[in-house]
Amino acid sequence: MAVFPRRRLAAVALAATTALLVTAGCGGGDGQGGDGQVTLTVDVFGQFGYEQLYQEYMSAHPGVKIVERGTGTNLDEYSPKLTQWLAAGRGAGDVVAIEEGLLVEYKANPGNFVNLLDHGAADLKGNFLDWKWDAGLTADGKQLIGLGTDVGGIAMCYRKDLFEKAGLPTERDAVSQLWPTWQDYIATGERFVAAKTGASFLDAATNTFNTILLQTAGNTTGYSYYDTSGTLVVDSNPAVRQAWDTTMDIIDSGLSGKYGSWSEEWVSAFKQSKFATIACPAWMTGVIEGNAGPAAQGKWDIARVPGNGGNWGGSHLAVPKQSKHQAEAIELAKFLTSAKGQIGAFKAKGPLPSSPQALDDPAITGASNAYFSGAPVGTIFGSGARSLKPVYMGPKNQAVRTEVENAVRTVELGQRNPGQGWTDAVTNAKKAAAK
Amino acid sequence: MTVQLDARPPVAPASGNHRPSSGRLSRLDTRFSPYLYIAPFFLLFAVFGVYPLAYTFWVSLHDWDLLGTDHPFVGAENYTRLLADVDFWHALVNTLGIFVISTVPQLLAALWLANLLNRGLRARTGWRMAVLVPNVTSTAAVAIVFGVLFGREFGMVNWLLDLVGLDAIDWKSNRIASWVAISAMVDWRWTGYNALILLAAMQAIPRDLYEAAAIDGANRVRQFWSVTVPLLKPTIIFCAIIATIGGLQLFTEPRMFHSGTNPIRGGPLRESQTLTMYMFENAFAPHYNFGYGSAVAWLLFALIAIVATVNVLVLRRLGGGSGPRKGAAR
Repeated sequence: MAVFPRRRLAAVALAATTALLVTAGCGGGDGQGGDGQVTLTVDVFGQFGYEQLYQEYMSAHPGVKIVERGTGTNLDEYSPKLTQWLAAGRGAGDVVAIEEGLLVEYKANPGNFVNLLDHGAADLKGNFLDWKWDAGLTADGKQLIGLGTDVGGIAMCYRKDLFEKAGLPTERDAVSQLWPTWQDYIATGERFVAAKTGASFLDAATNTFNTILLQTAGNTTGYSYYDTSGTLVVDSNPAVRQAWDTTMDIIDSGLSGKYGSWSEEWVSAFKQSKFATIACPAWMTGVIEGNAGPAAQGKWDIARVPGNGGNWGGSHLAVPKQSKHQAEAIELAKFLTSAKGQIGAFKAKGPLPSSPQALDDPAITGASNAYFSGAPVGTIFGSGARSLKPVYMGPKNQAVRTEVENAVRTVELGQRNPGQGWTDAVTNAKKAAAK
Repeated sequence: MTVQLDARPPVAPASGNHRPSSGRLSRLDTRFSPYLYIAPFFLLFAVFGVYPLAYTFWVSLHDWDLLGTDHPFVGAENYTRLLADVDFWHALVNTLGIFVISTVPQLLAALWLANLLNRGLRARTGWRMAVLVPNVTSTAAVAIVFGVLFGREFGMVNWLLDLVGLDAIDWKSNRIASWVAISAMVDWRWTGYNALILLAAMQAIPRDLYEAAAIDGANRVRQFWSVTVPLLKPTIIFCAIIATIGGLQLFTEPRMFHSGTNPIRGGPLRESQTLTMYMFENAFAPHYNFGYGSAVAWLLFALIAIVATVNVLVLRRLGGGSGPRKGAAR
């Protein structure tokens, strides 16, 4: 048995025991074309906005062909696939995107990734916000597994047409003035609901909960479900409880459309203008545009988020050790995460740069988004980016977050009352953390 | 192919003329070549059946983080934890519930369909092909379409319910409703398949039995229950076992029925999470606990064996008549 590498054995067992893995599309990473061309596979989720940059890179590097997989998939589909590829020792792309919530888990097993510090990445430190750079480093600081792509500065996106119907102001500064705090946001929502427009005030309580949590945690403790020593503090961190209580107020006031985030219904609700506001990290603008479609162009706008700032999401690009073209892949990752690459991605799909140079660039500061009624996205998202306070995420962050958000969902759907919901959240989070 | 095939009967040669080596070869041939002929099956079974089974068991005895490099041996700990895991039992109930709600109507409907198709219909072949059409569509596509049909706010089923004045049902977060929706998917797909198998068996029933029954004064219904069903018993058992294996391993339908955040849970309160989904949730995202997931897989295997056995025993008793191997079951 010991003759075979364990990883290989794991691969066989993986395939055979479940018989459910979609093997189609797992062939990436091989790609040595007959004409000496190198094919690099890039694995992403959501909207990274790299298409234009690939074209540029390929014309500058005639020997390289870039294939991207995964645009439009959500994180819940993407992350298990990536983990399986890493565990199986094959299948992953040459460059893979890692979302911040999963970064800690991947960093715990850094052997799966190329140490970018061995490939001249140390010189790039100044190209990233300090905390973004640090997030890519392992705990001992000796290995850099990923270069930062974007950060998730938060705003509030809203439908002007629905606001008008409800007799609310529609101009973005006036809308921002409606809700300095989350309580004001709820009060506005109550006015909106009273106007009976046929739409809900917000999409789903879960996304809003996460926004409030990350904002509150960023402004107070600096961590959410785990403290910085890795202890689960879901029931003792006041930031979690505060976000929970605010969310319960939102649900109590009947503001939520209950369209489960990222579900088919959620997408339909975008298309049918079924809700008026959605918590909006910078990367969400691309998602909204994709879901609501061209018909809603100019109907959306962007205002300040209630409360004070906050960061949700943002990713890193890493190169798995299994890649057969590591050198080329590292070059590509460096290009995509350079100030220029981040500006290109921002222009295409809106992810906010994590590079200070890019944030100061006129291309960002002066940027506006035609889809969102010409909102000055560069200043809306960019101005706060420098002062973003990162939130520490613990080892089982994703599993714990799933449990707590599910508890929010059960209250939203009326399956649990807030008290039971909180008990569920704490119990299930502890159980998930122990697994 | 170095084995020389020898068509002669394997009897010792009567005359002493034969070279002894040829006789030995021939004896070896008759002794061992049968094993070679059946070897492909056993090889494949060993590679794709026994090995994964054994390996999964081996994994289930370890604390095996999918991404980690250390996999400490923990003995039966995964199993003891699993037996005390309420979510596991919850998934088991879901699985059995969906299995019963889907399989019973499915087999009854298949029997009825087969009986219809067995009559002198016009364009018979066309009808027979038609019932198989759902089976050749992609499961994932079917599940996505059904997932949309059973949507809470934009779904067609709720729209129809509304037309007849009934309240909308939240198909995805109501336990029984989600079981029914998923069963509808399964039945839509598999009823035709089972009907064709039963039809094939029906056609093997000698006509004279029906004639004899008719002479004895049995009407169509009586003929069906007293002639057709008893003689179909072995086939019904086969269909039931296949449906059991499929039903207890149900994954794609419930998984694709749910969309959005973490669909592998099968609803906010795990309303329609089946055992295979629970296995996946533990072995892969979000827990990546391969050992625990493997333990779920093994218990699922045991469960299928038990249910299949119960199935056979129950079905052998049913129908009362003269099953060919009735005595063997006792």
